[in-house]
Amino acid sequence: MLILTCPCCHVTAEETEFHAGGEAHLKRIGPDGAEGEFESYLFMRQNPKGVHLERWRHVYGCGKWFHLARDTATLEVFGAYSAQTTSPPDHIRSAIQEKHPEWQWQGAS
Amino acid sequence: MSETVTALKNAHYDAGIAEVSEIGPLGMITIRGDLDAPFVRKVAKKVTGVERPERGMCNSEGGAGIAWMSPDELLLMCPHAQVPDVLARLHAAFEDTHTLAANVSGARAVFRVDGPHAREVLAKLAPVDLAPEKFTPGMFRRTRVGQVPAAIWLRADGSFQIFCFRSVAQYMFDLLKAAAQPGSEVGYFPPESGVNREKV
Ligand SMILES: [Zn+2]
Repeated sequence: MLILTCPCCHVTAEETEFHAGGEAHLKRIGPDGAEGEFESYLFMRQNPKGVHLERWRHVYGCGKWFHLARDTATLEVFGAYSAQTTSPPDHIRSAIQEKHPEWQWQGAS
Repeated sequence: MSETVTALKNAHYDAGIAEVSEIGPLGMITIRGDLDAPFVRKVAKKVTGVERPERGMCNSEGGAGIAWMSPDELLLMCPHAQVPDVLARLHAAFEDTHTLAANVSGARAVFRVDGPHAREVLAKLAPVDLAPEKFTPGMFRRTRVGQVPAAIWLRADGSFQIFCFRSVAQYMFDLLKAAAQPGSEVGYFPPESGVNREKV
């Protein structure tokens, strides 16, 4: 069970009050993109065992979207951060690197 | 004018460990916009008599109040008959700003759960820490109750007020009744603690 704290309303609750929204920081492929790129934008997702950046929505609470950094294997939560960003902020990166020094932000995919 | 009826015609249950009642009709108006804007704070206080609450709280006095719903949403409560007047005053104050006031009185159902085991009844149904020292009077929390979205408000008198969509009113009433059925005390919270039993 995940215990999440919403960065918008600061409520801490278990995961059933939230809804997962899939991988974060996807790079949108528009009408100019190649077919292959568009396909991977739509369907291809990372599925890491370990550190993962995701979108979540506080669906039963304030209703807002936010970002979350967590470990998919241990369910450890490194932190939640604003949805209004295209990359994880520094304090989230350092929280992750404290546990996983080798981890690096790979950029939007 | 047509007669206003609540979803369950004020259904009441008092055979269990807590009293469950559908209350209302209650005037409810949603405000969306910049909650820190002085004109929002000012008019909200003017029409309800209470200050805009801080995050996660509800301020109330008499039949009126303001609840904090989200970083950009308030729920304003007032006597049902006053809704058109209050709405007109809000619209006048908001003028052409990017601020919304909408009557949601008919879109919601409201319940009261009362009695020494009220806290326990809610704790069975919502993923919220309802320990007396954690969930204190005046707090207002949007969450899930059973399978539906709802808001829980702990009033100054120790009773809980539950808001949900009108379409799930029957589900909510049945759920609260089931959680309050006779002999279902868990005894996790000491019945008296944290609750001021005096009626206000
Ligand atoms: Zn939230």
